[in-house]
Amino acid sequence: MQQPGDRIFAASARGAGILILVVLAGVAAFLVIQAIPALVANPADLPGGKNIAVYVAPFVFGTVVSSAIALIIATPLAIAVALFITHYAPRRLAQGLGYLIDLLAAVPSIVFGLWGLAVLAPAMLGLSTWLNTYLGWIPLFAGPVSVTGRTMLVVGVTLAVMILPIITAVSREVFLQTPKLHEEAALALGATRWEMIRMSVLPFGRSGIISGAMLGLGRALGETMAVAIILSGSSIITFNLISSGNSSSIAANIALNFPDSTGVAVNTLIASGLVLFVITLLVNSLARYIINRRREFSGAN
Amino acid sequence: MGKAIDAKNLNIYYSSFLAVEGVNMTIRPKTVTALIGPSGCGKSTFLRSINRMHEVIPGARVEGRLELDGKDLYGPGVDPVGVRRQIGMVFQRPNPFPTMSIYDNVIAGQRLNNKKMKKDATDDLVEQSLRGANLWNEVKDRLDKPGSSMSGGQQQRLCIARAIAVQPDVLLMDEPCSALDPISTLAIEDLINELKMDYTIVIVTHNMQQAARVSDFTGFFNIEGTGKPGHLVEMDETKTIFSQPKEKATEDYVSGRFG
Repeated sequence: MQQPGDRIFAASARGAGILILVVLAGVAAFLVIQAIPALVANPADLPGGKNIAVYVAPFVFGTVVSSAIALIIATPLAIAVALFITHYAPRRLAQGLGYLIDLLAAVPSIVFGLWGLAVLAPAMLGLSTWLNTYLGWIPLFAGPVSVTGRTMLVVGVTLAVMILPIITAVSREVFLQTPKLHEEAALALGATRWEMIRMSVLPFGRSGIISGAMLGLGRALGETMAVAIILSGSSIITFNLISSGNSSSIAANIALNFPDSTGVAVNTLIASGLVLFVITLLVNSLARYIINRRREFSGAN
Repeated sequence: MGKAIDAKNLNIYYSSFLAVEGVNMTIRPKTVTALIGPSGCGKSTFLRSINRMHEVIPGARVEGRLELDGKDLYGPGVDPVGVRRQIGMVFQRPNPFPTMSIYDNVIAGQRLNNKKMKKDATDDLVEQSLRGANLWNEVKDRLDKPGSSMSGGQQQRLCIARAIAVQPDVLLMDEPCSALDPISTLAIEDLINELKMDYTIVIVTHNMQQAARVSDFTGFFNIEGTGKPGHLVEMDETKTIFSQPKEKATEDYVSGRFG
């Protein structure tokens, strides 16, 4: 016989699970239904006057590139900060630093956008020029260098700062949960602190790091205000990260154009939103796949 | 391989708290020494101070001398990391690295010492260490499987194989059988008997039959009361400790009349 408490708990847990699925399905249904008119419309009626894929492609490109830059910069930094907090810093310093990082997560994205535009963009002019001078043979830094500093690179760095707290927080939590047993196993073999981290802490925290990075990536992919403020984007596809011509991101493009759009143009924007939804879904599935691939070797069993 | 350990007036502190007081103990090479005593008496703390593992806790330090074949383990300029490479340790609960295969677990210590090793030399080391831990025949066909896929007793023998793969001078065991069933315990005890041909072994155990079965010498630790430091009451040949100990406290403890 089940106790009433068990039944109530089971029912509410099941209800919460179902609710999430219903909300997700609702969002997906909304996106698909609203996107259909744009998908079947005559290409000439769409903004830009071409195929919907041609319209969305530059924004997809901009979204992916800016998020990739952010992730490449933020992940190693977040792991380093989390390791410092959990394994190197004295306790009081670690606590203060932890609060500070959490505080960074509370800053509204519009503030990061303004900061990126007013502070980071001019500050990174020197770096951009340097990259162009010495690494200009790499297409990423081909130039000419934008004089305003409002470039894809600046957006990427701003997004990196924005997603740093979430990746750090998740990594810190999993690093703290590394079983003492495994840490001591490494130390007893004569591992230095760094070797111990490589043998026990990082392998144990691997899936947590990936989860944190995916949460961060989710935020970077969907980030609207910071990108919209910093970038004067256009419908081009270019790998050049430091010049004035940049591809905008899906979210920024929707935010900037939605107020002035009517009719099928609205559906086009929603269709681009659907694409963003699919990208995020794919990225998350990929992360799940990576985590599951070596499940039997994870610390969980 | 197989060196002597000498503790001279060893006091062990956690910050200002004196955990173990005034230990004088000589452990002969290639013998098995059992440390017994009630919980909290400092036998584990003493064991962990031999390879400086107690320093994992911030504020832990010692006074007095602890020597390995006459060399001070706490001398200036002695790196705890180096000490731990000479003095291996097996823990209470089996702790193979869950993210590594059986093979990689065995050579984990060797990888730290010496990055480059030829493939067949490594293969030989793995086979030799697993044979040394009486595990080879059970796992030779699944060396690429994770260490956590084995039974508890096998995992503990894997940990012993991992410890002896770096050819230490001393092997410390902190209640190595307390999480194991009787059959696995027997396997580990047989193994200890073989290992003492090559290594000096110090084992902490709560099981007095085990101490009587496996050890040549036994040290009895006791504590006056909570908050007081633990100390070594007496140490002698195991059969003496269990038949005619000099101290009344030892006799009470080994005969089960304690407390």
